[in-house]
Amino acid sequence: MVQYSNAHLDASFAALADVTRRGVLEQLGRAEASITDLAEKFDMTLTGMKKHVGLLEEAGLVITEKVGRVRTCRIGARRLEEVAAWIERYHRLWDARFCELDKVVEELKRKEKQDGSKKAK
Amino acid sequence: MEARKQSEPVMKRTTVQRKSDREVVVTRTFDAPARLVFEAWSRPELFKQWWVPKSMGMTLRSCEMDVRTGGKYRLNFGDGMDFFGRYIEVTPPSRIVWTNEEGGENGSVTTVTFEEKAGQTLLVMSELYPSKEALDAAGTGAADATHETFAQLDELLATLA
Repeated sequence: MVQYSNAHLDASFAALADVTRRGVLEQLGRAEASITDLAEKFDMTLTGMKKHVGLLEEAGLVITEKVGRVRTCRIGARRLEEVAAWIERYHRLWDARFCELDKVVEELKRKEKQDGSKKAK
Repeated sequence: MEARKQSEPVMKRTTVQRKSDREVVVTRTFDAPARLVFEAWSRPELFKQWWVPKSMGMTLRSCEMDVRTGGKYRLNFGDGMDFFGRYIEVTPPSRIVWTNEEGGENGSVTTVTFEEKAGQTLLVMSELYPSKEALDAAGTGAADATHETFAQLDELLATLA
């Protein structure tokens, strides 16, 4: 199994457990933005937005860089990939199971229909 | 022209959400009444047909299930690999709750509910772990994670929303 740091994953999931921070990620997925831009967009104080971005940065989901007086934020893709990979592995297993379960259920349904029409005669 | 009469298509999409640090929830809709989905989940000879899809690369050697409140189950995959536990609550055809005890203290509790609506069944399965570490470490036994692309961001955010 692929090894990855659980502590990183914890931080990532915690960071993602907030609607504003998910919004910020979505926004940064489209284009990088300054903290001021983000604060305006999410109708929030600069301090509030700095806090959210700080948590995302700690979780490795966002990278920030200060150029002059502006701090620019962009997506930190690697960590997000870890989170996505965890969900993806889980998803793949259950999706495969449920596709098979579908077949079993369809077969039950078919049999029931057959029995039902026999009884009707 | 031929008049087309079609029933509503079923959304057969499997969703996975991390509800909290300790809980993951999977949903899926089936185009069948709840009693049939419940039957496929609770009769060992049917359960065996779907629980171990080919992509898992494993073979289920034996499967004992006593799907009643207080009943036990044991799945054996050979090489001493066993999954076992107890059914804490079984309410046909709407709910099954069981423990996963092979992990010892890190064992999880799984709840699956079958909710029927207009002949279709919404299946909701929740796995609750004793700690977030246990959940993060939970192995699915599925294939190794392949390199994920950034395009998954949208999908991920959608499932977490």
